[in-house]
Amino acid sequence: VKYILLICGDESAAMHAGEGCSGWTEEMQGRGILLQAAGLRPASDATTVRVRDHDVHLFDGPFAETKEQVGGFCLIDCADLDEAIDIAAKHPASAYGTIEIRPLAHA
Amino acid sequence: MRGDVAITAAEVFQDEWGRVVATVIRDTGDWSLAEECTQDAFTLALERWRDDGIPDRPGAWLTTVARRRAIDRVRRNAIGDAKLHDIAMMSETAADGADGEPDGIDDERLRLMFTCCHPALAVDAQIALTLRMLGGLSTAEIARAFLVSEETMGKRLGRAKQKIRHAGIPFRVPPPQMLPTRIPPLLAVIYLLFNEGYSASSGAGLMRPELTREAIRLARVLAQLLPEEPEASGLLALMLLHDARRATRVDDVGDLVTLEDQERTLWDLAEVGEGVLFLERALEKGRAGAYQIQAAIAACHSTAARAADTDWAQIAALYGQLGRVAPSPVVELNRAVAVAMAHGPAAGLCLIDSLAESKRLNGYHLLHATRADLLRRLERHADAADAYRSAVELARCDTECRYLRRRLIETTARC
Repeated sequence: VKYILLICGDESAAMHAGEGCSGWTEEMQGRGILLQAAGLRPASDATTVRVRDHDVHLFDGPFAETKEQVGGFCLIDCADLDEAIDIAAKHPASAYGTIEIRPLAHA
Repeated sequence: MRGDVAITAAEVFQDEWGRVVATVIRDTGDWSLAEECTQDAFTLALERWRDDGIPDRPGAWLTTVARRRAIDRVRRNAIGDAKLHDIAMMSETAADGADGEPDGIDDERLRLMFTCCHPALAVDAQIALTLRMLGGLSTAEIARAFLVSEETMGKRLGRAKQKIRHAGIPFRVPPPQMLPTRIPPLLAVIYLLFNEGYSASSGAGLMRPELTREAIRLARVLAQLLPEEPEASGLLALMLLHDARRATRVDDVGDLVTLEDQERTLWDLAEVGEGVLFLERALEKGRAGAYQIQAAIAACHSTAARAADTDWAQIAALYGQLGRVAPSPVVELNRAVAVAMAHGPAAGLCLIDSLAESKRLNGYHLLHATRADLLRRLERHADAADAYRSAVELARCDTECRYLRRRLIETTARC
């Protein structure tokens, strides 16, 4: 099953951005689980777009103003949710932020 | 004769429902299909068994019929699907009527229990799924028990089944290293079910016996399937010991009767005996957890022939132990009551006062009610009246309020 791990955190989590994943990435790549991953620029650099009645509406900022914001993602492929939970719990961001596990709709 | 078949069939259904559903889920991975095919098999059974009598192995009969239905349905829906190969394999075993060894079936049921109580599902959903899939209660029955509309309950169940399927929640007994974190939620769901039936926080009657019965039934299965897990037997013991007193908990007008005033000759002694037996078996493992300790406390009460015979010193010690395993201010309060019963009101009051100082339970009417009772017994009537007043203000239940007001009037008269 393919899952996206959405790495979320508040502003303090941004301090960890430069730390890397202390071996997590290498381990998951080595096990053939991690398909793709990226960290994101902060939500202050986000632009939101909506088209309503053919008008393009732009908004400076993320789609929802919440304390925690998405700061990165990992695309993984593993056996089931239990394995995905185990993988997410090993990610260093789980210790200071929150990781949302979302199954892909067609994978 | 026909009536007998219907009654026996009802018992068989209750025992077999979870096993049949679990087996079909294992074969097809489709929860809704499993439910429907099991329902079909049970309907057919009722017709056939009326004429032919109940087969020797009704569980095997039901499993075979449900699996055949499932195979037919999958075939019709998925011609050309790669799954067909698996289904072809499966139909051979189904045709044999081979439903595996009894132990194998029980494993299926255990898988089903663990999956229904997967921590990635909300607790509400875990409870509903457990009742539907393992207990065989209908959506309408579950909705009634939890006072929500059938539509709401149907959606809750539907969402949960969908999440299991789409989020990839595995249908299995978790590997040994996961059991320490996965068994407690399973026991918690069963205990919640029991409490919902036993204390009925809501609804017309004070008790809903169908829920307590189902919780005990599931705990029996679990205790049997997890013989190395003493908390499973401990939970079963705890529920049996409480359930044994059910006939005496409420009086003719529906008011709660305190343990002290319950008519002990009406307690179900066979059930008490069974509870004690399971407790002893659990304690032999030497790993006493919260359920075993609570069961031991319940056993102290249930085995005392008269209220005056209660071994309060032992109960106080057990609450002390419980407080170390599962610390909570309510446990502290209960310990204080036991200490007061064993060693006098002054000793109990000492503990209650330090608990009141910590301010963790000051919104809880029973803290004040207990304090008031001890002060009254120490003849500090003015202080007792103050404490009764606080208790009355905080009490939410009419019955308790009436009782506390009566005590307040008595105490004020003696000031």
